Amino acid sequence: MSWGESRTITLTVNGTSYTREVEVRFHLADVLRHELGLTGTHLGCEHGVCGACTVLINGRSARSCLMLAVQADGAEITTIEGIADIDGPHAGGLHPLQEAFREFHGLQCGFCTPGMLTTLIELLRDNPAPTEEEVRIAISGNLCRCTGYQGIVDAALATAKNLREATAPA
Amino acid sequence: MNEIRSISAKQVGRDVPRLESRQKVTGRAEYTHNITLPGMLYAKLCRSTVAHGRILSIDVSAARDLPGVHAVYTGETIRTLIAEPYFGPAFHDQPILAIGKVHFVGEPIAVVLAADPYVAAEAAQMIVAEYEELPAVFDEVEAMTSAAIVHETLKPAGTFADLKHLSGKSNTNVALDYQLRRGDTDAAFAAAEHVFEHEFHTQQVMHTPLEPMVSIAEPGDNCLTIYTASQSPSFVCTEIARLFGWRENQVRVKVPYLGGGFGAKLYIKLEALVAAAAMLARRPVKLSLTMEEQFYTITKHASTFRIKSAVNKDGRITARRCEIFWNGGAFADIGPRVTQKSGFTSPGPYDIDNVSVDSYALYTNRPPAGALRGFGIPQLVWAYESHTDLLARGIGMDAVEFRRRNLLREGRPQATGTLMHDAAIIEVLDKTAELMNWTAPFERGEGVIRRGRAIAIGFKAVVAPTTSGAIVNLSADGSAALYMSTVDMGQGSDTAMAQIVAETLGLVAERVKVVHPDTDVTPYDMATLGSRSTFHMGNAVKLASLHALEQLGAMAREVGLPEGTNYEIRDIFLKKYGMQAGNIIGVGSYVPPYTSPQKGTGLSDNVTPFWMVGAAGVELSVDTETGHVTIDRLINVADVGRPLNPAIVATQLSGAAMMQLGFTLFENMDLDHGQVTNASLADYKIPGMHDLPTVMDNVIVDNNQQNGPYGAKGVGETATFGVSPAIANAIEDAVGVRLTSLPLTPESVLRGIRALRGEKLEG
Repeated sequence: MSWGESRTITLTVNGTSYTREVEVRFHLADVLRHELGLTGTHLGCEHGVCGACTVLINGRSARSCLMLAVQADGAEITTIEGIADIDGPHAGGLHPLQEAFREFHGLQCGFCTPGMLTTLIELLRDNPAPTEEEVRIAISGNLCRCTGYQGIVDAALATAKNLREATAPA
Repeated sequence: MNEIRSISAKQVGRDVPRLESRQKVTGRAEYTHNITLPGMLYAKLCRSTVAHGRILSIDVSAARDLPGVHAVYTGETIRTLIAEPYFGPAFHDQPILAIGKVHFVGEPIAVVLAADPYVAAEAAQMIVAEYEELPAVFDEVEAMTSAAIVHETLKPAGTFADLKHLSGKSNTNVALDYQLRRGDTDAAFAAAEHVFEHEFHTQQVMHTPLEPMVSIAEPGDNCLTIYTASQSPSFVCTEIARLFGWRENQVRVKVPYLGGGFGAKLYIKLEALVAAAAMLARRPVKLSLTMEEQFYTITKHASTFRIKSAVNKDGRITARRCEIFWNGGAFADIGPRVTQKSGFTSPGPYDIDNVSVDSYALYTNRPPAGALRGFGIPQLVWAYESHTDLLARGIGMDAVEFRRRNLLREGRPQATGTLMHDAAIIEVLDKTAELMNWTAPFERGEGVIRRGRAIAIGFKAVVAPTTSGAIVNLSADGSAALYMSTVDMGQGSDTAMAQIVAETLGLVAERVKVVHPDTDVTPYDMATLGSRSTFHMGNAVKLASLHALEQLGAMAREVGLPEGTNYEIRDIFLKKYGMQAGNIIGVGSYVPPYTSPQKGTGLSDNVTPFWMVGAAGVELSVDTETGHVTIDRLINVADVGRPLNPAIVATQLSGAAMMQLGFTLFENMDLDHGQVTNASLADYKIPGMHDLPTVMDNVIVDNNQQNGPYGAKGVGETATFGVSPAIANAIEDAVGVRLTSLPLTPESVLRGIRALRGEKLEG
């Protein structure tokens, strides 16, 4: 059933362009998850606190539960499903940050992981050599109930180091 | 890369990356959160606005008339389907939807179904209920004698022998009165050199799994399939079958990955409601709670613990009396088991000849309480380790030395009389003291910043007796699949169990497939709770693997391969079947030996198959102008037996400690006449990155759990034990303020500092 005004919007999500008629009340997270089937973006608290639903909109991290889909009309969006392709293709098929999350056990239940990854992708792009304190600040708006955060910080720092070494002039 | 046989590499004790980690970092892992079914309706609940009241009327007409609403059901509608729609693991006290009266603010009274969840939510707001309010009781100690009675008649489920005497009892809020008596406490107190008595309190808190509770029921022809974020698929199956008067094989329960559990998703929660709604509507029904609604569904027991000890002139504890009151809220859930199973450890990991324990499960008009990472143990350790520090101070003895003098040693009887085995209590204490550099001078701060340090140690008996079953399917190519009902809710059980299969069968753990819980497919398991899976399911998985190995050996002999031949598994199958065909099914089932405690005394010569031991060492700074506490260093030391996967063990320790840090310093459900006033993550803060201690170390001691699979035992709860009392003890060490109620907020610290100085807090 339709409940009110709809508009046609175009989103570029992980490099693919989608044009959809969406109700204006729909959150971006609803459209990503239900209209586009990109269920990797998770909804935890649904009011912008936990950060699980964080996606990149034109390169900036944003809560997809607090944003209406129509506000994202014309935007380029990256979700967890698109992270492996950033600066890719990568050996093994995963972005180095994803590999580091596996290696350093930066996840347990995995529910906060989409928000942690997108937020850290933004950090590492803007600040390729973050201090531990800068990593902590960057993800201080993302909650994890499982890990105690240590593995997440370790994964981010290791990724930064690896990426710097990979791009350093010989 | 794809080699499945492991010739030499150890599979157990290796840091195998989590089997599902690739799915989780790419957004492909399956959660109930993500499941939609054709024709599915979304359910939204209307909840009670009063803490205790008779339902006079529920007007659902406006909701029913809203376009897009498929149906609205109340408790009376449910009764047309199920005559006695009450469920619960210990008591059948929880109605699927309220019938006759409501017991707490937030109790579901009606459900709306619609194809659009927003329509269902809108309609649920249009339901109007009228109540005759009844006197309510919220405090666990008051509930002992209150005139307000939460349930008119007690209805024990019949599962637990020690609850049977409560059947049909009325005019009481006591849902279990557990007793333990050993030695002669009266005589010991009369003869004591020193007697100390204190009372401690814990607050009501919530699990907050980031994936809120969610269940889906899909009706079939006289059968149901339930997809649910549950820690106990086998129990859901049994309980739904009981409610409908069905055979268990008419109910299929499937569980994918969970976005956290911590005890919130145990036993039966939303499953009864979606099952009933789906059968009434003849459509699949999904109910996803919001984060807010979780606060009205299951929580951790608030508690009051009165503890009294006798100490002789040598610093030995000669007697201890424990009185614990557990605030179970409106429905018993598993509270009576918390009351007993944790109750018998309430004297602590100490060797005390004369012990008396009274532990009471109480009904109140608060949101229900159940299991939360420790099954009551953190509440107990909080009290007895705060008390223990006060004893050491009271007699002027060093806190570590006092504990060392009193701790239980190998072969000594615990309060129940069960002899301690494989519990590295002294080793955990010594390791903590060593890492704290306990005997070295300590920097105490200057100016407004004062520093303190302390330790605390606790233990837990794993819940017993419980059963786990497992199946290992060895395919003709030599690959293995494990079928089990242990739920991977983040703790890493898929990976750890695959390592046991791989170790036993000589395979590579990364290539073992783990089939997720599906009661049509995977065998019975009691539940994923209380740090029981590594030991119980681990033993079952090892037995199933050995059973497969035994059959493989028989097959090799049958096809004429001599004993000890180094043939590949696939070659044995090939010889037997002439082609890549056939399989071997290994089955294993494990239930440890157990002796039921004697009624009245609580004594047992075998009360548990294993003990978990955890300690915390804390160094902290207190800002004496604000009361703010900074945790400079938190050391978590645990006895986990031999770790199956050290890296996963470390994350379990750090995660448990951080969770307990939140319960210690700030988490608190604010209640106003039974109404939770901070039921959202915006108002109920859980630990974030900035709450991580400056330094946190997670350390295990070397130990072997002899009856555990490859020497392993449970780990998920262990690092919660010592955190709260270690912090309270360190605050006293820093500023001389003794806090006896959690959480240890800056306000309570500052009030304590001002009181010590004889200063008024205001103006």
